[in-house]
Amino acid sequence: MTSAAEAPPTWHDILRQVFKDQGISLVPYVPDNVLRPLLDGIHADPFFTAFPCAREEEAIGIATGAIMAGRRAAVLMQTSGFATLPNVLASLPVAFQVPVVMVVSERGTMGEFNPGQAIVCRTMRPILDSMGIEHHTMTRLDEAAFMADRTIRQAFATRWPACLILSPLLTGKRS
Amino acid sequence: MTDTTDNLHVMNRAALTKRLVAGLTKREAVVGGIGNSNWDLWGADRTRAENFYMLGSMGLAAPIAMGVALAQPARRVIALEGDGSLLMQLGCLSTIAAQAVKNLTVVIWDNGIYQITGGQGTPAAAARTDMVAIARASGIASAAWAADEAEFDVLVARALSTDGPHVIGVKIDNEPGRNQTDRDPIRFRESFMRAMAQPV
Repeated sequence: MTSAAEAPPTWHDILRQVFKDQGISLVPYVPDNVLRPLLDGIHADPFFTAFPCAREEEAIGIATGAIMAGRRAAVLMQTSGFATLPNVLASLPVAFQVPVVMVVSERGTMGEFNPGQAIVCRTMRPILDSMGIEHHTMTRLDEAAFMADRTIRQAFATRWPACLILSPLLTGKRS
Repeated sequence: MTDTTDNLHVMNRAALTKRLVAGLTKREAVVGGIGNSNWDLWGADRTRAENFYMLGSMGLAAPIAMGVALAQPARRVIALEGDGSLLMQLGCLSTIAAQAVKNLTVVIWDNGIYQITGGQGTPAAAARTDMVAIARASGIASAAWAADEAEFDVLVARALSTDGPHVIGVKIDNEPGRNQTDRDPIRFRESFMRAMAQPV
């Protein structure tokens, strides 16, 4: 198995490799344009089972069930989708201490044109903080592998959900 | 739309949950929805470590069960979900159908009320919404109402022995669950995880 450090230098290849290194093979998601290269790569890689869900809550439920049954999972979504989740996060992965890893592509900042997206974006970090969910915003390609690897490692070691926020500073410069 | 719910015998959730659980012999996982479906599962056999009891994530019994089923294709997995709960997360039926989760069964306890919050009627009940027809229209071919207890047994036996996903609709009365879980999420999760680590 190749390590994350040897992965090709795009944010989506790095994340896909970190998932593999950490044994995350199930990826329920709600689609997002920025996530497309990551989703394309995961779909093309037979290591993963990836599929779209009708709603983010569902994806959290699926990931929680899978992790409890011994298969590691991560949920992919956009900012506005994350905003639908407080009840489910509080009463399922947080209450039961199940390390669901969320990867959220951040919309609503740095040039956002939609006021709804801009406002909902400001709710994301306070919601995560209020539940004690560790979150890190990924902005730099050279830090991406370390940040993703350590965040996911800690989530599983401490049995607590975690969230990686993909900043436009990272994804907007995608190569 | 054809209403397929006519002439269904109204059954009792506690009695049927007991019947269902008593017939499980292969360490099948059972995920109870919130509230009364959960408490009746607890009442049926609280010593059963393969049972998972939710706390508040209404509508997620079927998605949680789907996750368990995807993680362990050799284990049969059953979700016990209320009609009001399923109504909150109808999209999950399409997700289950799209992934063709073979080892998953969703039992819908349908009494047309939000029983845990005071028994208010659901919009589905007022509209005579047919939950099994929705499941079938979502792409789950093996979806049927159980006309009575005997047919429930037959449908469960089929769900446990043939490829799914399966949906079993049951019209139930309004008797509340009599046994409340002790609401200890960490213990529930740990015992469920230990049970899931045992081979089927």
